[in-house]
Amino acid sequence: MTQFTLNGQSVTVDVAEDTPLLWVLRDVLGFKGTKFGCGIGACGACTVHLNGRAIRSCIIPLSDAKGGQITTIEGLDPAGQHPLQKAWVETQAPQCGYCQSGQIMQAATLLKDFPNASDADIDAVMSGNLCRCMAYVRIRQAIKIAAAEIRNGAPHE
Amino acid sequence: MVKRLFTGVVTLMVLSGLGFLFFAWQPALTAIEPPQAAAFPAEQIAQGEQLALAGFCANCHTVPGGQDYAGGLGLDSGFGIIYTTNITPDPETGIGTWSEAAFFRAMRKGVSRNGAHLLPAFPYSHFAKITDPDLTALYAYFMTRTPVKAEKQRNTLPFPLNIRLLQAGWKLLFVNSSAGPYQPRADKSEAWNRGAYLSEGLGHCGACHTPRNALGGEKLDHAYGGAVIDHWLAPSLTHTNPSPLPWTEADLFDYLRNGASPLHGVAAGSMAEVVHMGLAKLPEADVRAIAVFFADLNGSATVDAAPALATAMARERNDTGSEADHGAQLFRTACAYCHYNNAERPAPARPELALSSTIFASDPVNFIHVVLDGIGSKDGIPGLYMPGFAKSLSDDDIAELASYLRRTRTDQPAWPNLIEAVASNRKSLTASH
Repeated sequence: MTQFTLNGQSVTVDVAEDTPLLWVLRDVLGFKGTKFGCGIGACGACTVHLNGRAIRSCIIPLSDAKGGQITTIEGLDPAGQHPLQKAWVETQAPQCGYCQSGQIMQAATLLKDFPNASDADIDAVMSGNLCRCMAYVRIRQAIKIAAAEIRNGAPHE
Repeated sequence: MVKRLFTGVVTLMVLSGLGFLFFAWQPALTAIEPPQAAAFPAEQIAQGEQLALAGFCANCHTVPGGQDYAGGLGLDSGFGIIYTTNITPDPETGIGTWSEAAFFRAMRKGVSRNGAHLLPAFPYSHFAKITDPDLTALYAYFMTRTPVKAEKQRNTLPFPLNIRLLQAGWKLLFVNSSAGPYQPRADKSEAWNRGAYLSEGLGHCGACHTPRNALGGEKLDHAYGGAVIDHWLAPSLTHTNPSPLPWTEADLFDYLRNGASPLHGVAAGSMAEVVHMGLAKLPEADVRAIAVFFADLNGSATVDAAPALATAMARERNDTGSEADHGAQLFRTACAYCHYNNAERPAPARPELALSSTIFASDPVNFIHVVLDGIGSKDGIPGLYMPGFAKSLSDDDIAELASYLRRTRTDQPAWPNLIEAVASNRKSLTASH
């Protein structure tokens, strides 16, 4: 049995501890907002937060999440109104949408570390989040809108 | 003439053999009835507990998840696997029948109660520097632990290294048996002397950080010069350490107390155990004393760190990574989301690789180890986490990543034979998991 906190709720699962966290989130706990992309931590689609930091859930064994705080796209903001989510809607950033929950979770850590993120900062930190629809320009724009809103005092994780 | 010469040589050989036997032979000391716990004052036991932590006794004599001090951990000596012994006071399989004199002899001369020579994986040449009162306290502590019946596993040392008597020859070559307990230096501060006492004696830092010769003896003229041991590099603790920023007393204290120095790196592997299982439970003054000792040894107080910090941060900022460089591409996709920095100093929780002692180290083994295995909850500081990439990056990938970081983040020469180094590390990690 492995316990961790998922979006503020304590959960306990009974699966092999070397199961990747992504499998546990999607298949065991039914949180399907987080996506499977490459399975080797190289595309960013499965990004969630472990103790407030973006990580790739496909390469993290459940054992490493033990006792930790996991946040998925479903828990980033209780009403789905995180400044990044609002900016995503405003700019209509997604096209097919598959990579977007990972993009948003990574962007949340980006803005925590770089509240005034420059283009170079965004490129460097977001380069591990691939978007096959090439929505990068709108993603960058959305991040800047959210950054401005957070700087103006909007609540965020 | 020939016959006389032959007789002379044989006589000489027999005599020196007898001399060696006389030197090597150690008597068994009388077995005692296991003493009652009440025989030891409580404060002596408590002091012994602190000392056992400062000597990291449990790190080798307790198997993770096993019973305290019952032994059984396999140490890869490079000559074969040596299993640690049961040091609980069980009379049959532990040290229950050991008198205080037998305990002192083992700690200082490396001889078991029954007269057998102990292997130098047990760092008695360091423990010889412990004072009498501290040894008495350690004895009190160990004789009052819960006895555990646990037979020692057989070592896998090949012949002739498994002949205990020959250990006496090793001692003759590499152990200064007349040195006695640590003598404070009058020209140094009290903290320095305390640090030296803990580091050179109980803490046996040199057992890992001092390189060894072909026979496994510590090269004392290269004390703390750094060595690869058990698939980790125990880095140099002297001025020869190539880290871009000096390890100052404050940095060393941070690292030894918390498990990380933000401008250098984190404790991983057996050093994480040293920090979290041992030093974390010692009084702050003791940890500070160790930092004082090593900061003096490496001469960091005289080095100005500012230019090196500026150079490192510029290296990080100015590297854009070529499209054609596989290592650079891997860094951008798999590493930069945590490791990228853009300011005068690294952001909190964004370890800066251009400052990392690991990337500057003479041997890539720690870099490879961390990339394959990650930084887990036992390493570094609480909350800090890095996934292992053993299942997602190939040997070629990790080698390219290593050579890219070495080239763009340091001024050090390229690491040679990276692919082979990754492959051999992967093999050893797979075997140990």
